[in-house]
Amino acid sequence: MKNSKFKNGIVSKIYIAVIMLFLYTPIAVLIFYSFNEGKSTVWQGFSLKWYEELFEDDRIMSALWNTISIAVLASIFATILGTAAAIGISNYRGKKRLLIQNISNIPIISPDIVMGVSLMLLFSSLGVLFNFEMGYVTVLIAHICFCVPFVVLSVIPRIRRMDPSIYDAALDLGCNQWQAFYKVVIHELMPGIFSGLLMSFTYSLDDFIISYFTRGAKFQNLSIEIYSMTHRRISPKINALSALLFLAVLIIMIIINLRDRHEEKVRAEKT
Amino acid sequence: MKSRKPSIPYIIWMVVFTMIPIVMIAFTAFTDKDGNFSLEPFTKAFFYTDVFTKSLWIAFISTVICLLLAYPLAYFITKMKKSTQNTVIMLLMIPMWMNFLLRIYAWVTILQQNGPLDKALSILGIHGTYYGNSSAVILGMVYEFLPFMVLPIYTVMSKIDSSLIEAAQDLGSNNFAVFKKVIFPLSIPGVISGITLVFVPSASTFLVAQYLGGTDDIMIGDIIDKIFWTDQNTGSAISLILMVFIFVFLIIMNFFGDEEAIA
Amino acid sequence: MEQAAKKSIVSLKDIFVRFDGEVILNHINLDIHEKEFLTILGPSGCGKTTTLRIIGGFVEPESGDVIFDGKRINGTPPNKRNVNTVFQRYSLFPHLNVYDNVAFGLKLKKLPKNEIKEKVTKMLATVDLKGYEKRNIAKLSGGQQQRVAIARALVCDPDIILLDEPLGALDLKLRKCMQLELKEIQQKTEKTFIYVTHDQEEALTMSDRVVVMNNGVIEQIGTPEDIYNEPVNAFVADFIGEANILNGTMIDDCRISILGKELECVDKGFGKNTPVDVVIRPEDIEITAPKDGQLVGTVEKLTFKGVHYEISVRCGKCEILIHSTKSAEIGSVIGMRIIPFNIQIMNKLLPFYDNVIETCVTYANEEENYFEFELEGETVKVDGKYFPQDTKVKITLPPEALSLAGDGIGHLKDLYIESVVYKGEHNEIILESDDRKWLMLSDTDEQVATYVPLAFDFSKAKFEVIDTLKEG
Repeated sequence: MKNSKFKNGIVSKIYIAVIMLFLYTPIAVLIFYSFNEGKSTVWQGFSLKWYEELFEDDRIMSALWNTISIAVLASIFATILGTAAAIGISNYRGKKRLLIQNISNIPIISPDIVMGVSLMLLFSSLGVLFNFEMGYVTVLIAHICFCVPFVVLSVIPRIRRMDPSIYDAALDLGCNQWQAFYKVVIHELMPGIFSGLLMSFTYSLDDFIISYFTRGAKFQNLSIEIYSMTHRRISPKINALSALLFLAVLIIMIIINLRDRHEEKVRAEKT
Repeated sequence: MKSRKPSIPYIIWMVVFTMIPIVMIAFTAFTDKDGNFSLEPFTKAFFYTDVFTKSLWIAFISTVICLLLAYPLAYFITKMKKSTQNTVIMLLMIPMWMNFLLRIYAWVTILQQNGPLDKALSILGIHGTYYGNSSAVILGMVYEFLPFMVLPIYTVMSKIDSSLIEAAQDLGSNNFAVFKKVIFPLSIPGVISGITLVFVPSASTFLVAQYLGGTDDIMIGDIIDKIFWTDQNTGSAISLILMVFIFVFLIIMNFFGDEEAIA
Repeated sequence: MEQAAKKSIVSLKDIFVRFDGEVILNHINLDIHEKEFLTILGPSGCGKTTTLRIIGGFVEPESGDVIFDGKRINGTPPNKRNVNTVFQRYSLFPHLNVYDNVAFGLKLKKLPKNEIKEKVTKMLATVDLKGYEKRNIAKLSGGQQQRVAIARALVCDPDIILLDEPLGALDLKLRKCMQLELKEIQQKTEKTFIYVTHDQEEALTMSDRVVVMNNGVIEQIGTPEDIYNEPVNAFVADFIGEANILNGTMIDDCRISILGKELECVDKGFGKNTPVDVVIRPEDIEITAPKDGQLVGTVEKLTFKGVHYEISVRCGKCEILIHSTKSAEIGSVIGMRIIPFNIQIMNKLLPFYDNVIETCVTYANEEENYFEFELEGETVKVDGKYFPQDTKVKITLPPEALSLAGDGIGHLKDLYIESVVYKGEHNEIILESDDRKWLMLSDTDEQVATYVPLAFDFSKAKFEVIDTLKEG
């Protein structure tokens, strides 16, 4: 019995290690070449010149700024819209509620490319009507579109789990509706709101397809910049960029993980 | 909190940015360039039947491979210590958060001529380029979407009440019987949801095939991309067909699994 | 006593509430006196919590007035009413500690900090939670959370405290303890307490007055003694304490016939030969020798309950329950005596015994010998009986012709079980459909305030043609 358990442990560890190798080798390769002096995959010595070039590349820097600012704005706006929506939706019953939730889920379940082209159709005809060009704003709106459903999906279960008389209790003690919301209810929904915000932020950062179709002629974000660079398949600046992005993701993930652990610890102490 | 009003802005938002665009796609799909009713976009769309079936085939194979890799992985993870579990899950998610294009580009780097793989294999006297074929496309898909398969299966498995497993062992089940009678049936919703999360994007994604595939490895997403810039009507028709197909697929999957797991 | 002098603080006048077409409160009237401990008692689904929520301002009645201190306060939101609530699951704010929970209402009133501190500290002492200020809510036991909830409501100095089954989640021992404490707090603070519960014992121990509710109406209002000793109907008698409830006939003033015997009682004014319900409390039956008994029966079961014996006696088809300090041997024949004063006579819950349907035949088939009629929107088919179409018929269904059906079968669906009263032989169940009430007998116990489908056994029914109407 013990022996088989031990064997299982080894097998599972090896298996997990192989999968991890599969997942991380490509990233490691990119990071490795980012320090390569030469342009090709032939190693010509250690150098940081691609990093220097990266920071001097105005196009990439402005694309980075666009990506980050859109992610911030889209996730904040989507969180507000989605949290309010989740509260409203949870007061619907039966078929109406099902209908609203299903429509809300369309951006999640329909293929990105279909969403991208459909929004492009909308924006281009609106553009003709109201005389504007696609760009920063249209990309931002498109990002909000696919972010809100995630917020709704992560906030609704929190509302369902919340003791509804907590809100009544706040009113009972003298809050008006608005005070009851920000003094009490929002604290109960916070984990859901936060994970919705986080999901929105990361999906927005990662998006290529929808930005690509709604960007118009001039707008660039990081994904689109990478697309145009990789399409030409040249600059190792891309490698440097990958390495930096990986580092950023790693740091964010570690922070989140530490926070989760801390929260779990707090929760464990409470009970 | 008791009012439906807070959902009004979002309902308006959905009408403008979800419903109207879909109606526009449907409308465009049934009209010709001059805006008259026409079925021509669909007749044109049927030129791409081969691409469509190939896309579905590649998506299907990728989904199967993801499932085969992910299921044991999810099972092994649930057997670990809770803190290790969290770390492994985090490690699974990190590549997912890297930019989608960079992940594919990384494989191009690895598989290209004189790339690391080529060099490694040249020691054995084998030379060549390892991308530009369907296998490379499938490899890219699996790499892209594997975490989407692991996470839902893991979530469902880790929620299985350990007392259930103990009860089964108590009733004399050996490890395999416990797996067959308890863990497997209870993990089905996770599998269903994983299949959905992998199949839908891999059937519709574009660029993966452009980067890693050969000239005839073009997928439906790439076709939409190519056509849409010149012929919106046919592009809309193909999009509409793809969307209807995906919705039918989801409804079928929904029928098998419970709603909560997919949502 | 001084009842008349008491000033009423809240009055509910002709309150009617409906949710999704379902009547929750059916024109209720209630006066609540200043400084009293009033309990609203009833089975789940009877409308007691809704009544409380109307006073709290969480539910607006469809019609009727809520009068507070002489002023109509319909439409005033909860935060503008000088009423505070202790919720069923306490509903403490998990992100705040004990002190901040209690201080919550005072902070909203923008009182000066030192005053808040003084009040909160004093209130925590009142509820025995001195030194718990900084504690996390999740770290408190159920009883302590309960006390925080009470303190949080009391500290706002409301005129009325509403308590919605506040002890429901506590275990029995703690509940008993908290009952006394609550009563003590009420007397100390001299507030009006309106307390909702389904636990009759809790209601009897704590209250100045008890309101018994069922199916959206108030059945009886009175002191605990009144409610126990003089229940107005079989429902109240059954709900409060243990009781033998029997079918009887009022022969004349002060003469009642039960179980085939004529007994003396003290009630008058029911008329002659009127069917009535009779309540005899188990402790009011005296065991005698068979020859001295007004009633005679055989002992079937004997359980020692500590203070008394619980004896189940078979008396004809009926089962009678006796609480006695004397023991009796199982199988022995005993006599039973009840003094006239302890026989409580009540009007029947329903003014009829047989269920009568007057209807018109909508379809008939002579060959296959059946007909159909419409009942509350459903088509009912009667096999083995034929009347021509458009005949007006009167169908009399005795209670035993009714039975509860499984889901999806049965002639009527979703009937509300209004009451279940054990009459010594069968349960008498009163059901409410959209248009009327039904009486049925059952040997199984059913859950009140649930919805069931009902089936009719037409072979037990009587049919009468009222009129062979030819339209026009």
